[in-house]
Amino acid sequence: MRHRVCLTVNGKAEEFDVEPRLLLCHLLRAYVGLTGTNIGCDTSQCGSCTVLMDGKAVKSCTVLAVQADGCEVTTIEGLAGADGLHPVQQSFWDNHGLQCGFCTPGMIMTAVEILDRNPGATDAEVRHGLEGNICRCTGYENIVKSIVAAGARGS
Amino acid sequence: MFPSQFDYHRAASVAEAVELLSSLPDAKLVAGGHSLIPAMKLRAAQPAALVDIGRIPGLADVSADGDSLVVGALATHAAVADSAAVRSGCPMLAETAAAIGDIQVRNRGTIGGSLAHADPGADYPAAMLALGAEITAVGAGGERTIAASDFFVDILTTALADNEVITSVRVPCVAGGAYLKHRHPASSYAVVGVAACVGMDGGNVGSCAIGINGVTGKAVLAGAAAAALCGGPASADRIAAAAGRVGDAFDEPLGDLYASGEFRAHLAGVYTRRALAVAAERAG
Repeated sequence: MRHRVCLTVNGKAEEFDVEPRLLLCHLLRAYVGLTGTNIGCDTSQCGSCTVLMDGKAVKSCTVLAVQADGCEVTTIEGLAGADGLHPVQQSFWDNHGLQCGFCTPGMIMTAVEILDRNPGATDAEVRHGLEGNICRCTGYENIVKSIVAAGARGS
Repeated sequence: MFPSQFDYHRAASVAEAVELLSSLPDAKLVAGGHSLIPAMKLRAAQPAALVDIGRIPGLADVSADGDSLVVGALATHAAVADSAAVRSGCPMLAETAAAIGDIQVRNRGTIGGSLAHADPGADYPAAMLALGAEITAVGAGGERTIAASDFFVDILTTALADNEVITSVRVPCVAGGAYLKHRHPASSYAVVGVAACVGMDGGNVGSCAIGINGVTGKAVLAGAAAAALCGGPASADRIAAAAGRVGDAFDEPLGDLYASGEFRAHLAGVYTRRALAVAAERAG
């Protein structure tokens, strides 16, 4: 049994017929063709597949595509505007907030929610907020620095 | 990883969800899916059908009702943690919700789902026991209310019938409560979680309840430890002595690669002592 799923991805309306077992991360990567959303642990722990669903950070490996029907999804590809990088992306660039880069899309999407909820987040608050994102290079120092700096610049 | 095949039904009402659960063979409820979908991806659960209650209107409301809070089954952990009514009425419940998983998990996971799944490492069950919560569920025979102490039956097993749907949870407003956990560093599940409620009667502890999860297959009340604290002041010595009694509550501590049963039982004593101290301070 296939189901019609209509959702908005990075501002563009998309429609697919999918199996119920299709995960949102696979829909984004294989159907929409947006491969910036990485799949790391695949067990809801590492956070590299984080996207925004109706403005909230979610692990897209743990959401069925059918559950995202009617939702607005923002991926790492949808953050930058016409006038350049999103402030969090720019801050990761400025502060070298990455090593291998695999976890970066998820880190940035979670950072957007952390700063959305708490624009002046401190170092400790950012570390607490990043509980669900794992950097296998252990490059947390510059990741946290990037997010704190993006918050300080925006607020 | 992806789940094995299943049929998907989206219920528009609780009645429709009960009807679908009653008529479809081997169907499971899904709301946020943050317990079920990981289990399905590992093929530990392979239901033939999912009944999605995630969009049933009105089931996510959180409201104060006299001296109680009524939390809709679909309230996400983030919604409970952020709710002004919960934070002021029952700080320990907000603290428990905020301790679950991580931001992304709290944005999707629901209180009803967590309770129905009854994972030994889940955070809510200890809080529900300590608070004396009542869980309301609707099934083919109508609505019933289940005391938290009757709700958790065994590992991943509750008093719910296969076709029953949790609709809300009622908890009393308790000022003197605290939830503390030893967090698994990767999964964020509770290796041990302790929910303590303390009520003062003059200078003495008048009432006390301690719920503990993570140590045994189901969350338990540490009755002997709670009783030991009552009838005297909440001094550090009396709290330590009471916490020393938590072992009475554990029939068979569970061990795994991360923490042996013995270590979990030890942690339960440590976290009970800490949680009781915070709860007593909040109780004033």
